[in-house]
Amino acid sequence: MAFDGLPGLVEEKSAYGETTLVVDRPHLIEACMALRDEHGFDMLVDIAATDYLGWGSPGVSGYIGTAQGRNLNRPMTQGFQVLPAPKPKRFAVNYQLRAIRRGAPRVRVQLWVDDGESVPTVVEIWPGADWFEREVWDMMGIEVEGHPLHERLIMDEDWEGHPLRKDYPLGGEPVRFSGEE
Amino acid sequence: MAVTQRPPSQDPIYDGTRIPSPIPTVLEIDPSLRDTDDILTVNFGPNHPSMHGVLRLVLDLDGEVVVGVKAKVGYVHTGFEKNMEQKTWWKAITYAPRIDYVSFQNNELVFVLAVEKLLGIEIPPKATWMRMLLCELNRLHSHLVWLGTSALELGAISMFWYTFRERELVLDLSELVAGYRMHTRYFQTGGLAEDIPPGFYPECRKFVEWMPKAIDDYDALLRKNEIWEDRTRGLGLLSRADAIALGQTGPVLRASGVDWDLRRDEPYLFYDRVGFSVPVLPNGDTYDRYRIRIEEMRASVEIVEQCLDRLERMEGEPWTADDRKVVLPPREELHTSMESLIHHFKIVTEGYRVPEGEVYVAVESPRGELGCYVVSDGGPRPWRVKFRAPSFAALEATATVVQHGYVADLIAIVGSLDTVMGEVDR
Repeated sequence: MAFDGLPGLVEEKSAYGETTLVVDRPHLIEACMALRDEHGFDMLVDIAATDYLGWGSPGVSGYIGTAQGRNLNRPMTQGFQVLPAPKPKRFAVNYQLRAIRRGAPRVRVQLWVDDGESVPTVVEIWPGADWFEREVWDMMGIEVEGHPLHERLIMDEDWEGHPLRKDYPLGGEPVRFSGEE
Repeated sequence: MAVTQRPPSQDPIYDGTRIPSPIPTVLEIDPSLRDTDDILTVNFGPNHPSMHGVLRLVLDLDGEVVVGVKAKVGYVHTGFEKNMEQKTWWKAITYAPRIDYVSFQNNELVFVLAVEKLLGIEIPPKATWMRMLLCELNRLHSHLVWLGTSALELGAISMFWYTFRERELVLDLSELVAGYRMHTRYFQTGGLAEDIPPGFYPECRKFVEWMPKAIDDYDALLRKNEIWEDRTRGLGLLSRADAIALGQTGPVLRASGVDWDLRRDEPYLFYDRVGFSVPVLPNGDTYDRYRIRIEEMRASVEIVEQCLDRLERMEGEPWTADDRKVVLPPREELHTSMESLIHHFKIVTEGYRVPEGEVYVAVESPRGELGCYVVSDGGPRPWRVKFRAPSFAALEATATVVQHGYVADLIAIVGSLDTVMGEVDR
């Protein structure tokens, strides 16, 4: 394998023609340094965090129509009848890397964290990570340790909550005197 | 005032790096200057008439010189990504073009390509050629809007009228094809939403014949215009190394001397089957970014022409995939076929399911690398959609390119990064 010996490499996955390198948290910086300097990934294209809260449980993604939701993962429902593979932790932070060389591959570095855990900053490796990391904090609420300006980027400074989390309320105002109070 | 042009060479545009430290996107004011009375802090925007959208720059000015910059974004955050998680896959397509409302067709394309990558669906060639044609028309549209507004900001009002005249022609073609001038939702998983209407090819031919002359006119107006040269040459410098470190893509990267274009280097659609040139210029200034976009417009016209040559021979071929689990059945079948009615009902109410997985697809939008990261859990709705917006990365370079420039040049420099705020804030 091309990425053998990468510091902190947990798993190398390949799907849809894309390579994903799962890296453990303490070695992220070392791994990124090695990818930039030894493997030539000189550009950080994107950082995308994903919240996997409720992954594979009924009524989260499959919910359409009824209040309780239908279990669309139940056998005999049409389409894809298997439950999705479980994820190790709640959040995945994906660093999309690219080398400015013709025919060079792309690679995705994936880091798994739980709620409350932070990720180390990669600003010193790729300065372009600055806003992407602030967006991860703003939208997903994953703290970026060592970031030189750890502030919200898109929402107001006094905003409560992190909108792209799966448990963030989806609009609407609470209904007064609805009987549940 | 004569401005000397740098000889084309591999010399760095400037020595070392100009990326501010420790915060790469904030130009901090020099501590020795901070306590003097000469520093004026100005809020530029968020609604300044010459700003591109609602961007706010907090500037520290020493006289007329910019000594500190901090960009604030988020004024047009509309929660596209969150919204798309709540919609079925085929409804979410309508959101994508609205993210970057100037290069709508490319945004639509990147999301559709990502879903198709997960689905593993095969697209008929006619649809692929048409997608390419519309994306290149859209590149023309985007560069025309950029050129018109940027020149307007420097006082060349007539440029605005000329470019918007041709922009209107592009939008008319869009309307002819899809019924909408912008945000067409003409691309959908499997191919196109409808067949290409009769009369499109001759109209498009007329446009393709007209457009090169129009581009020559723009270039004649600006390229050797002394005011334009003085206000763009040698300003807003960004070196090759800094551009790569800051994740710049598209025209900004190519104007800094990096020979990189996803259409050629990571071909998607049928870009490997057409011939076109990728302009690269070495100076990394505002003027070169202008030149790159002018040359790209010429290349786009060439690609449109080659697509037309192919499409005109494809009369009667399918324009969408024949996969009833994903593509809506033809309207007329609904009256005669029970199965078609069921398929139609299932797709419209529940939506189709997309296999579990995560993909990242990138296309070369007019602004650079437009990426779409999509996660599916195998259900009828996206689990996560993330757009990698080229404008977002371009704005990160603000603090690097404007430093020690004059406040009067600021708009030209920030404008040359060609940012669309809808895409930055999403």
